[in-house]
Amino acid sequence: MTTTAQASQLTFDCETGNYHTFCPISCVAWLYQKIEDSFFLVIGTKTCGYFLQNAMGVMIFAEPRYAMAELEEGDISAQLNDYEELKRLCLQIKRDRNPSVIVWIGTCTTEIIKMDLEGLAPRLESEIGIPIVVARANGLDYAFTQGEDTVLAAMAQRCPESLPTTEKAEPTLQRLLNFNRKKEHLPTSDHPPLVLFGSLPDPVVTQLTLELQKQGIEVSGWLPAKRYTELPVLPAGAYVCGVNPFLSRTASTLMRRRQCKLIGAPFPIGPDGTRAWVEKICQVLGKPAQGLAEREAQIWINLAPYLELIRGKSVFFMGDNLLEISLARFLVRCGMTVLEIGIPYMDKRYQAAELALLERTCQEMNSPLPRIVEKPDNYHQIQRIYELQPDLVITGMAHANPLEARGITTKWSVEFTFAQIHGFGGARDILDLVTRPLRRNQALGQLGWERLVSPPQG
Amino acid sequence: MKLAYWMYAGPAHIGTLRVASSFRRVHAIMHAPLGDDYFNVMRSMLERERHFTPVTASIVDRHVLAQGSQEKVVDNITRKDAEEHPDLIVVTPTCTSSILQEDLQNFVERATEQTRCDVLLADVNHYRVNELQAADRTLEQIIRFYLQKAAKKGTLNTQKTAQPSVNILGITTLGFHNQHDLKELKKLMGELGIQVNVVLPEGATVDQIALLPQAWFNLVPYREIGLLSAQYLQAEFGLPMVQTTPMGVMATAQCIREIQQVLNTQGQAVNYESYIDEQTRFVSQAAWFSRSIDCQNLTGKKAVVFGDNTHAAAMTQILAREMGIHVVWAGTYCTYDGDWFRAQVSPYCDDVIITDDHTRIGDAIAQAEPAAIFGTQMERHVGKRLHIPCGVISAPVHIQNFPLGYRPFLGYEGTNQIADLVYNSFTLGMEDHLLEIFGGHDTKEVITKTLSAATDLSWTPEAQKELNKVPGFVRGKVKRNTEKFAREQGLTTISVEVMYAAKEAVGA
Repeated sequence: MTTTAQASQLTFDCETGNYHTFCPISCVAWLYQKIEDSFFLVIGTKTCGYFLQNAMGVMIFAEPRYAMAELEEGDISAQLNDYEELKRLCLQIKRDRNPSVIVWIGTCTTEIIKMDLEGLAPRLESEIGIPIVVARANGLDYAFTQGEDTVLAAMAQRCPESLPTTEKAEPTLQRLLNFNRKKEHLPTSDHPPLVLFGSLPDPVVTQLTLELQKQGIEVSGWLPAKRYTELPVLPAGAYVCGVNPFLSRTASTLMRRRQCKLIGAPFPIGPDGTRAWVEKICQVLGKPAQGLAEREAQIWINLAPYLELIRGKSVFFMGDNLLEISLARFLVRCGMTVLEIGIPYMDKRYQAAELALLERTCQEMNSPLPRIVEKPDNYHQIQRIYELQPDLVITGMAHANPLEARGITTKWSVEFTFAQIHGFGGARDILDLVTRPLRRNQALGQLGWERLVSPPQG
Repeated sequence: MKLAYWMYAGPAHIGTLRVASSFRRVHAIMHAPLGDDYFNVMRSMLERERHFTPVTASIVDRHVLAQGSQEKVVDNITRKDAEEHPDLIVVTPTCTSSILQEDLQNFVERATEQTRCDVLLADVNHYRVNELQAADRTLEQIIRFYLQKAAKKGTLNTQKTAQPSVNILGITTLGFHNQHDLKELKKLMGELGIQVNVVLPEGATVDQIALLPQAWFNLVPYREIGLLSAQYLQAEFGLPMVQTTPMGVMATAQCIREIQQVLNTQGQAVNYESYIDEQTRFVSQAAWFSRSIDCQNLTGKKAVVFGDNTHAAAMTQILAREMGIHVVWAGTYCTYDGDWFRAQVSPYCDDVIITDDHTRIGDAIAQAEPAAIFGTQMERHVGKRLHIPCGVISAPVHIQNFPLGYRPFLGYEGTNQIADLVYNSFTLGMEDHLLEIFGGHDTKEVITKTLSAATDLSWTPEAQKELNKVPGFVRGKVKRNTEKFAREQGLTTISVEVMYAAKEAVGA
């Protein structure tokens, strides 16, 4: 069952899919904060509402710009008219919050009763005068962070093809002049436009944008932007590059529907990933990358105290948020041994560059190639964890406390999705998270109560 | 369709899972899509549970949607039977399976032929019942199943225990202070000379269910969970029940008197009056508190109460009867059982509100302008916004409502806890108010909060803007570390680049 022998290439397994993860509707939690003029309406049941309410903790009390359209028995049995019901709720939202966009999140229930959200949205949109974007972020098809992927894929369709002409009354000639002036205003765009996709906190956006600027590359926009009304211009032929590993639908939408060219790069997670990401973009846009090796080396020097703590330790990813490949690759570079990479879904094409970097990293670090387990089975994984006794298990909250009580050190995986882990500056944050349980172990030393369950409970 | 931001009671399957996972060696299998096993996270986090929550999902995905679950549910049941050797597997429908209308009962019957354990399908409909009703039903369903099974096997022993004994029904996982309440109830029963026969479902095995009829009576401490079971046991075995919640000095006395009567009609001659008197006057501090000057100052102060039936009703009675506080309105989110609530609290408050709409409650609080609120976590947050103190008395709750220390709400120690809660809520509001009247702690405006004398450094407008994006609670630290870094580098101007260089170098 366990592959401890040195494999010559990455092995991919697929288990039963019986694993714990967050429902993809959780993406509203960070997306409503990112897109400041949006309103997210989750069309589902009490189950969805209960999940959001509990998963978002205190955020729920801060008058969030999200709500449930809670389906009742009459909606399920089609005694009520979906269109009329949604219109009533959306008008209420318009009145109370006046958002620039309403995002409908389709759920398992709307899938099963085949509510035609994509069909209803354009009609209602023209009737109430607010754009309605439909994303099917349901647990039948997707896991956790893939929710963002469905939303961004839907938003990609709404990006303008050219700069919006704000003064509509202007004559064509003047508009053209205006257009040219704006174009000139964009500094040093001596390369085709580049749009990055993936929702990141604003400080990280600034940082990655600056990083590329240093290489003479101008980022012409981000999907998503701070506001829906500022969605980036996306002309056919523009280059796009992802910042997160779970955005494969968005990537294919950008390629197929918007005729963009995808830059397939490792993701800017860890200094190694960030450097490879910047280098790949430079290479594609024909800019010689400068000073990156020194920059990366400096970051590694800064990380030395953390590296001492984890070098030679083993880590097991149970898998629930699709960041696993990138994090594992970074941790191998840090000197850890990765025993297993569980992952909900593995898009080998979208993650190709990341997988190649993982393989190369393992070879360079002389570390065994880890086993990648798609759709893992948590029960089997726990048996493997008992057997392997890893130094660190990265897992969801459902398993963290029970494993700790059995003397197995854990780190809660969801924190990686909310911490600022991208770019050169994010490396420290990742290692801060990874080493926290190890530092806790050091701080508590040998108190003699690492195992806190009676043996038969196992 | 209903626009909703917050709900007081969870969906039905949560109730079933709470009951199933309270038992030992009972496993629940949810028929649900990926991500619906959030119950495991809640139990592991809120209760800081050391053991794996015995709940797994039989995942409903695209294939199931297209072709039905087919062998999947049966396979999952037999697999769990082999892996964990539970006594019982409870197949739990969710909102998804409610509308898929698969014949889960058929899966259960087929699985039963292959398993060593018993298998039950929880008889709950997502669209008809909520968490609390589902928990009540599931408990009754499991009890009924095992009593019928024992009767069929002829192993049912209805012989009463030699000494008076009690079953305590309705203690569950994720219940508000249930663990502490149970401990307090056991202590109370001990002091009354009553053996605890069976506690259900928390910590029990299904084998213990057959012992239920040997008790002299059932105690149902909470209105929401356990009542159906007690009613069934009364109808089937003539087991009397006491369903007065022993919360507050007077209600505890009443509960004990009811127990006394139940025992005496069965041939005992117990008299608990001197016990009640001793406890009330000297053990519990709540009776004395009600006479003290502290409590006198609360007389006529306005409060509002909201929560589940049990806690909101008991709290209203305590505030009005035992502390002389003016309850402007009392409310419950147990809308399905509203008549009971109304009857309980009507004499003790001006108005009764029965709703599960939190915005209506928020508005009613704003209108009433009480000096203190007693409610759920939601009301606590309303109170924060309106600057009104709030004592949390009922689920839904956060992790801080699962305290490690001993905090029962029931019994005589419970009365002490409640007196503290009430008094602290009111004095907190009073202190704030007085501080404001006298101009606050600090009468001079504080000019600087930073310890760094940062006169030599200037921040560019962009950097300042970037700094403002940093969450408030760490902004000061980021600022200090960045300035320290800049000074070390001999820089006088802090730009965005310097900020990120500082972050990379020192983690500012």
